[in-house]
Amino acid sequence: MSAANTLRADLQLIADWVAPSSRVLDLGCGDGALLSWLNRHKAVRGYGVDFDVNNVVRCVEAGVNAIQGNLETGLAEFEDQRFDHVVLSQTIQAMHNTEQILVEMLRVGREAIVTFPNFGYWENRWQILQGHMPVSETIPYEWYNTPNIHWCMLGDFEALCAKNGIRVLERVVMNEEKRIHFLPNLRGSLAFYRVARQPG
Amino acid sequence: MSDLTRSVGIVEAQIAEFDTPLHLASGAVLPAYQLCFETYGTLNAARSNAILICHALSGHHHVAGRYAADDKAAGWWDNMVGPGKPIDTNRFFVVGLNNLGGCHGSTGPSSINPATGQPWGSTFPVVTVPDWVRSQARLADRLGIERWAAVIGGSLGGMQALQWSIDYPDRVAHALVIASAPKLSAQNIAFNDVARQAILTDPDFHGGDFYAQDAIPRRGLRLARMLGHITYLSDDGMGEKFGRMLKSGDYQFGFEVEFEIESYLRYQGDKFSDYFDANTYLLMTKALDYFDPAKDLNDDIVAALRKATARFMVASFTSDWRFSPERSREIVKALVAADKEVVYGEIESVHGHDAFLMLDEPYVKLMRAYLNRVAEEVNA
Repeated sequence: MSAANTLRADLQLIADWVAPSSRVLDLGCGDGALLSWLNRHKAVRGYGVDFDVNNVVRCVEAGVNAIQGNLETGLAEFEDQRFDHVVLSQTIQAMHNTEQILVEMLRVGREAIVTFPNFGYWENRWQILQGHMPVSETIPYEWYNTPNIHWCMLGDFEALCAKNGIRVLERVVMNEEKRIHFLPNLRGSLAFYRVARQPG
Repeated sequence: MSDLTRSVGIVEAQIAEFDTPLHLASGAVLPAYQLCFETYGTLNAARSNAILICHALSGHHHVAGRYAADDKAAGWWDNMVGPGKPIDTNRFFVVGLNNLGGCHGSTGPSSINPATGQPWGSTFPVVTVPDWVRSQARLADRLGIERWAAVIGGSLGGMQALQWSIDYPDRVAHALVIASAPKLSAQNIAFNDVARQAILTDPDFHGGDFYAQDAIPRRGLRLARMLGHITYLSDDGMGEKFGRMLKSGDYQFGFEVEFEIESYLRYQGDKFSDYFDANTYLLMTKALDYFDPAKDLNDDIVAALRKATARFMVASFTSDWRFSPERSREIVKALVAADKEVVYGEIESVHGHDAFLMLDEPYVKLMRAYLNRVAEEVNA
């Protein structure tokens, strides 16, 4: 399962951003697929963090070091600037303490990689125009059972970064497995950001 | 595969005699001593599949199996150690021992001091976790085990696993530290001291030399165990099991046993005072109190752990207030800061501190997954 050599497309894009032999912290690591791949192909060192003990068990099965923990309470287990990359993949929209985790990621790491479903994607807008909360491949929940509580579009995320003195190093917007360059906030369903602290 | 009822079967305790003096942390020297131990499973040709089980306060070498087919109780961790169990004796060679100072066959206060021909009693030296680990290393030498595939322990046993990883970094591949702490809190030491006071002030204690008086400080031991037992259970767990249940259905307006919890605690206390040695109890609680691998390093636990080369699994239980998850997270934080590999599970359980001896499903799954990884590494 996690030992497969092919990684889900969105995780592959994250993996491509990770430097070989770097230290990686993967927040909301799930079954450890990303770290398992990175361990084997890029010789990274790192830990996954997940709230669910069953995911910790899956990580152990995949040979990944996982630490059970609640991202909502911060990253107290980790000292400042321990990691080269801190990853938060499709989780930020489901968090209560959105701003805090973003700040914490750049406290413990040099760079953060954040991905989230883009609420501004045209199919979402279309469903709203039709009078319904959007349900799609990247947001497969009904309004009443969704874990996603903090929706944002590209501009919203970038404004939050700016407010906290965080600069965007790189942005990729995808739709299914294609990169979107033209009208990304309308045509892209999944956003990927590589961010760091403003120098000084 | 997940058959938790299978057992290692009939087992036998063994004795290893050591006549090289053991220099203890206190400055005292134990000229010679014996360790009582048991083994389960088979040591492979590469001697790479050995696991050491370190016991907690009242534990001993009888970890799994039975001495006779009609023994009522099996070893204290029989639910975790056996064929097909998470600590799988089909794959691992498992060693359990009784620590120095114990009362189950290893040299301790109730043993005869060859120099006097009398029980050691009050003259038995205080032993610490590092002392134990050194004595365990000698047992490993005796058994031809250069490097443990894993050292595993809960509570005080977890402290020994941690100490092993620091004192013998080349001899431990994995340390499993369960329901433990990097050192005791003031509250924990306080509980231990109340237990000790119960024993020390028992008129039958005779300053520790009660053997010659043909006395046993039962009242003290009983109180110590009752107090300890309260701290091993959670409020919820106790409430679930006993609530306010009365033995006779109504208040008796007296001081005899009325509530079921009183009956349970008194029974546990009585049973314990029948077989456990009061001096051993004192020593074990002192070993807990003194445990502090960072003490000689300006209280820097990260510096202490930096020496370790083992990989770690740390686990805690949500309702454990004697060694709470926060204490385990301190260990995890230090391990991460020391750049060590660590897996951490915080297991949802109502069983309090005792949960490390129970079979909450996520705990069993985590142990099984982690030890499977260990087994694969050593080709067990």
